[in-house]
Amino acid sequence: METLTPILAAAVRSGTPILYATLGEILMEKSGITNLGLEGIMLMGALSGFVVTLSTGSPWLGLLFAFLLGGCLGLLHAFLCVSLGSNQVVCGLAMTMFGSGASALMGRNHIGVAISGLHSFPLPGLAELPVLGRVFFNQDAMVYLSFALVVVLYVYLNFTRPGMNLRAIGDNPKAADAMGLPVARLRYFYCIVGSGLVALGGGYMSVVYNKFWAEGMVAGRGWIAVAMVIFALWNPFQAALGAYLFGGVEAFQLRLQTAGTPIPAPLLMMLPYAMTILVLLIIAVGKGRSILLRAPAALGIPFHREERD
Amino acid sequence: MQGEARTTPLVEMRGITKLFSGVTANDDVDFSVKAGEVHALLGENGAGKSTLMNVLYGLYAPEKGQIFIKGTQRVFRSPKDAIAAGIGMVHQHFMLVQTQTVWENMILGLEGTGFFLPRRKIQDRIAEISEHYGLQIDPSAFVWQLSTGEQQRVAILQMLYRNAEVLILDEPTAVLTPQEAGYLFKTMRRMKEEGHGIVFITHKMHEVMNETSRVTVLRKGRNAGTVMTNETTPEALAEMMMGEKVPIDLFKSPLQPGPELLEVENISVLNDRGLPAVEGLSFCLRPHEILGVAGIAGNGQRELCEAVVGLRAVTEGKIYLQEEDMTHASPRAFIDRGVHYVPSDRKQVGMAADLDVNVNSVLRSYWQAPFSRHGVIDWSSCEEHSRNIIDNYHVSVPSGRTPVRNLSGGNLQKLLLGRELSRDLRVLIAMHPTWGLDIAATRYVREQILCAREQGCAILLVSEDLDELMAMSDRLAVIFKGQFMGVLAEPSAVSFEKIGLMMAGSRASEVLKEEECCHEA
Repeated sequence: METLTPILAAAVRSGTPILYATLGEILMEKSGITNLGLEGIMLMGALSGFVVTLSTGSPWLGLLFAFLLGGCLGLLHAFLCVSLGSNQVVCGLAMTMFGSGASALMGRNHIGVAISGLHSFPLPGLAELPVLGRVFFNQDAMVYLSFALVVVLYVYLNFTRPGMNLRAIGDNPKAADAMGLPVARLRYFYCIVGSGLVALGGGYMSVVYNKFWAEGMVAGRGWIAVAMVIFALWNPFQAALGAYLFGGVEAFQLRLQTAGTPIPAPLLMMLPYAMTILVLLIIAVGKGRSILLRAPAALGIPFHREERD
Repeated sequence: MQGEARTTPLVEMRGITKLFSGVTANDDVDFSVKAGEVHALLGENGAGKSTLMNVLYGLYAPEKGQIFIKGTQRVFRSPKDAIAAGIGMVHQHFMLVQTQTVWENMILGLEGTGFFLPRRKIQDRIAEISEHYGLQIDPSAFVWQLSTGEQQRVAILQMLYRNAEVLILDEPTAVLTPQEAGYLFKTMRRMKEEGHGIVFITHKMHEVMNETSRVTVLRKGRNAGTVMTNETTPEALAEMMMGEKVPIDLFKSPLQPGPELLEVENISVLNDRGLPAVEGLSFCLRPHEILGVAGIAGNGQRELCEAVVGLRAVTEGKIYLQEEDMTHASPRAFIDRGVHYVPSDRKQVGMAADLDVNVNSVLRSYWQAPFSRHGVIDWSSCEEHSRNIIDNYHVSVPSGRTPVRNLSGGNLQKLLLGRELSRDLRVLIAMHPTWGLDIAATRYVREQILCAREQGCAILLVSEDLDELMAMSDRLAVIFKGQFMGVLAEPSAVSFEKIGLMMAGSRASEVLKEEECCHEA
C-alpha cells in the first residue's frame, strides 16, 4: 500500500484535466452538440491560464481567464453549429487545429518560464483518512472542485428541471421546441459552459499540474476526453472513473520511467493511449447497441424549426 | 356574459398566408374555433391543414394574417407564446422525448415547477387529469415503451396539463385502432362539454359526420368553406375537398393466381433496437395476386418488408423464391431476380434525394446494359430511360436534371413506381404506396399496382388505409406485434370492426365465424 498510494494520488491529479474536459463535452453532447475541438480549446486554456497567472501572480485569475476564453471558443462553435447549421465534426476539427496553432504561436516566448501555480491544500480531517485521505483529500482545490462538479452535474442532469430540459433538447429538439423550450439559446448556453470547462482542464495542466507552458502540452488529452464520453456513456461518475484510469496508467508509467526500467520511454509513454483504445474496444464489443441507445438521439444534427423533412 | 362567450370565438385567424420557399401552403385563410365545439379541418394531403395549425401553435411564422385569442390580437413567436395563450397541439408525429418518462414529458418546457423535480406532485396531477378525461397511463413508464395509442394519450395529457383551452389534434385517428379511436372520441366529448374548443384534423368522412359540430374544408391552401356538420353531407364535403367528383371505385379484374412464387417460412426479424419485430411469420405470394397487410403502424410491417427484399437480416426461418433459397441473399440478388421494393420512406430509402431525376431513375439498374457498358455509365441512355418514365407515368418535373428533393410527394411516388414497375418485375413489395398523395395521384398509383397484378406480378401491399386494402387485396393478412392474427380469403366479406379487433391483437379464430376464416397463408 505504501508504494501504491502515491501512484493513486498522482492518478487523480493527472486524470483531473481529462475529467474537466470530459464533463464539459458531456454537457455539450447532452444538448445535441458534438465538439471535437477539445484538444484546441484545452491548449488555448492552458496557454491563457499560464500567461495570466504569470503576469498577475494569481493562479485563480489564470484559471478564471482560461474558463472565460474557453467560453468564447464555445460561443464561436455554437454560432457556427447552431446559428449557421454547419457540420459539427468539421467545425470541431477546425477548432482543434486553430487552438494548436494559435497557442503554439502565441506561447513562443513563454517556453521555459516557471510559475509557482496552485499548491495542494489537504482537507482538514478528511486528509487524515487511511489511503483514501492521501489519494483524494491531499490534493489541490481544483481537484476538490472537480469532485463537486461530478456530483452536481449528475444531480443536475437527472433530478432537476433544467437538466431534464437539457436532455430533451439533445434527444428530440423538435419536441422540446414544440413544448416551448428555446432550443437554440439553450444549446448556445451549454456550448459556452461546456467549452469553458474543457478550457479549465487545459488551464489545470499548465497552472496546477505542470506549472509551465510547453507547445502541444495537452498531448492528445482532448481526444482522450472525447473517447471518455463514450466510455462513460454520458454519466459523470463513469467519466471520473475513466479519467482516473487514464491518469493511473499515466502515473504508473512515469514511475516506471524514473525507476529506470529497460523498457524504452516512448513505449511507456504510449501506454495510457493504448489502454484507452483497448478499453473503448472492449466497451464497443460488449455494449455495442447500448452505446447507440444512450447517446443523445439528436447528437450532431442541426435543428431548424421550419425545415420540413 | 353567456351571450358574449358564445359570440367571441376562442380563436380567430384572419387572412393567414404562409409560404414555404416560394410555395404557397396557406393562402388568405380565415378560421375560427368556439368554446365547446369540435371543429373539423378537412382536406386532402397537402391542402395546408397542418401548416395552418402550426401557424396557430406558433411553430410557423405566417407571411400575412392575424390571430385573435378571445378577441385580442396576438403574435406568437414560438409555441411557448401559443401555450401561454391556451393553445395546445397534438402533432401527427408526437412531440415526445422517447428516452424520458411520461411524467418528465409532462412538464417538458414548463415553467414554475421548481428547480428540483417534484416527481410525486407531478404524478398526482397526471393521475387527476387522466382520471378526469379517461386517459389511463402509467406516469413512470418510458415513452419508448408505450404503444402508439398510449403515446397519443401522453401527448394529449401534455396539453391538458398546460391547461390548454383550445386543443388541436392532427389526424389523431390515423394511428389508432377503431376501438382506440372510440376512447379518443369519448375524451373529446368530455373536453367539449367542459368548454374546450377542439380542432380535429382528419381525412375520414364518417368521423367528421359523427364527432364534429362544424367543418372547415381546405383545398390547395385556401378555405373552401366552413359549414355546420348537421347541415351538410359527406358527398357535399367530398366535393368541397376535391372541387370535382372523383369516383372511388377501382376496376379489379377477377384473375386466377398462379403457383407460389415467393415463399416465406416462419421468419423472425429484429428491429433497429435489436428487439423482435417479426416473429415466425409465414406466407406466400403468387402471380396475379395481391396480399394485403393491415395493421397499426409499428407492428413489424417495415421490418417484414425489408427482410423480404434482403435489406434486413432474417434471424430464423427461410425465404424461397421459386424454390431458390434467398434467406440470406443480398438486396442485389433480390433485384436481379425481379423482386422490387416501394418503401414507405420514399425520400430516404427509395431515392437519393440530392441527386437528379435522371440518376434516380436508374438507381436500381445503372450497372446493367444499356445504362452501363464495360463499367462506364452511358448517360444518354439513362436520360432516355428517365424521359420514358416521366412521359409514361405523368411525372411533372421541370427537367431530368432537377434534384429529386424538389419533387412533390405525388411526383416522387410516380417516379419511384415508374422505376420499380419495369419489365423484369416479378414480385412487388409496396409499403404505404399512396401515403401522403392527393386523390388523383392515389388513384393513379393504385391503378398501376393493379396493372402489375394483371401482368402477372405477385404483390405484397402494406397499408394503413383499410379502404385501400379492401379494394385492392385478393387476400388480407392482419399483423399485430410481428405476427399474423389471420389471413382473410375474402376481405370484403369481413367487417371493419372485426378487422379492427384483429389489429388490436385478437386472433382471427376468436373474432370470425368459421366460413370467413382462412388459415392457409
